[in-house]
Amino acid sequence: MLLNASGCLDALTAPDTARQLDAFVTKTVTPLPRGGNPPVRIAETEHGMLNSIGLANPGREAFLRQTLPRLAGLGVPLWVSVGGFSAADYAETCARLGRTEVAAIELNLSCPNVDEAADTAAAIVLACREATGKPLFAKLSPALPDLPEVARAVQAAGADGLSLVNTIRGLALDERTLAPRLGTSVGGYSGPALKPIALAAVFNCYRATRMPIVGMGGVTTGRDALELIAAGAEHVALGTVLFGDPGAPTRIREELAAEAATLGLAAPEDACAFAHENRVVEIGNPRPKVET
Amino acid sequence: MSRSERLSVLASEPVGPYTLLCVERGGLDPGVPGQFFMLEAPGRLLPRPFSLCLAPPGELAFLVDPIGPGTRALCRLGPGDELRVLGPLGVGFRLDVDRPLLVGGGIGMAPLPFLSEALGSPPALLGFRSEWHAEAAELVPNAEVAIEPTFVTELLPDERFDVLACGPEPMLEAVAVRCPGAQLAWEAPMACGYGACYGCAVDIDGEWKRLCVEGPVLSPAGERTSGDVATGEALFPGASGPQDGSACS
Repeated sequence: MLLNASGCLDALTAPDTARQLDAFVTKTVTPLPRGGNPPVRIAETEHGMLNSIGLANPGREAFLRQTLPRLAGLGVPLWVSVGGFSAADYAETCARLGRTEVAAIELNLSCPNVDEAADTAAAIVLACREATGKPLFAKLSPALPDLPEVARAVQAAGADGLSLVNTIRGLALDERTLAPRLGTSVGGYSGPALKPIALAAVFNCYRATRMPIVGMGGVTTGRDALELIAAGAEHVALGTVLFGDPGAPTRIREELAAEAATLGLAAPEDACAFAHENRVVEIGNPRPKVET
Repeated sequence: MSRSERLSVLASEPVGPYTLLCVERGGLDPGVPGQFFMLEAPGRLLPRPFSLCLAPPGELAFLVDPIGPGTRALCRLGPGDELRVLGPLGVGFRLDVDRPLLVGGGIGMAPLPFLSEALGSPPALLGFRSEWHAEAAELVPNAEVAIEPTFVTELLPDERFDVLACGPEPMLEAVAVRCPGAQLAWEAPMACGYGACYGCAVDIDGEWKRLCVEGPVLSPAGERTSGDVATGEALFPGASGPQDGSACS
């Protein structure tokens, strides 16, 4: 499946882009409304961009009452990204979403622009697991020093899958004044520079858990998407690329199919986990011979 | 209706320190003066927002100030080069005004040539930091020019006009004080231009709203027509507003 990365698309203002996706992932919903961080919120860098949005969202009640019904009207399967500042915050939102038509829930456990929840990722997943039967995907930061360990912990707590990766913290300074360009100084770094980091996270977490993974980070072409699949991702999400190309989902889907065909694969998903030697043995699927 | 097309550059002409970049129009609608387009910046990750400066038949023309890597790359484009253009986007100026007066400062005068054409060449006041920059005034008919240390706001008449303004934030704030009913075109860094990134949020009446969707032209409170925009509502009612009091960057 092709999805958007949470916070990188508003399906209500860009329905044509949302309909190119297999599912739309909402901006993160927190219990209370959040205006977000003060400007400046965006800074392009040499190989990516920084954002400091700060989980701006209408809050749980307004989301459920106003936004969700409008999103449901678009005819695109919905994943809701859930945020909070305690396990109880997350669990309450999950419980409320359990009574909706939402296809899956992504737990945002890794926003670089807000303070982290006091509870551990596993504790939050456990609380959410008890609150809902919906598929739960835990979105983790690639900056965690023990990422595969955390992945195992959220798996044990009942997560159905992982979303890898969120942005990592970065800083950009003004060309002339050397002052931080973002209002919050430090923000979340995304774009092409994130791709090797995302690949490593997906690779390591796949090896550690064998869970379904939504791979994201620096995808700008079908080849990028194919590499995430080969590293172990079952689904791929598009983030920063959407800002410059509202037609990116259709383009990348076509490129992905062409890339897979070039390798002699019937479908892109056939490349899943190709980067893992043991996976090749497991599924008895010989690696295509690619001349270099 | 906004759409995205890959278009060829037809001409690139210097206007003082600025560059007037003319591209073929393709199937794009020029929109309303004050609306904007996202132009692919060669070699850069993100496109850049530009209001439409002129709309000759079959063309779209943008005034570019080469202040950063993206705008410098755009200024280096020549005839035959191609770039992706998305637009028109956002909310432009309301043209149902009785006695228009255009006010522009620096590169903020970019949408005024198209606006002047739409309104029948009304009087205009333009402020620039130097004689060189003021060469851009030739794009706007009936323009009176102020050059620093004189500010354009010092030229504002006492009699009543329907002011339509675009320029740096201090200029717009000064215009808003002198002319409370003015339509003001604001600016904020944005990554996408179509409501996806939430980077261009500004404080409007105590609430954060996306300038690319609700603006860039904002009328005074009470005169705004929310039906013009895609969302037509406060983004996040009840959310805390700006923490530093500034409207935009």
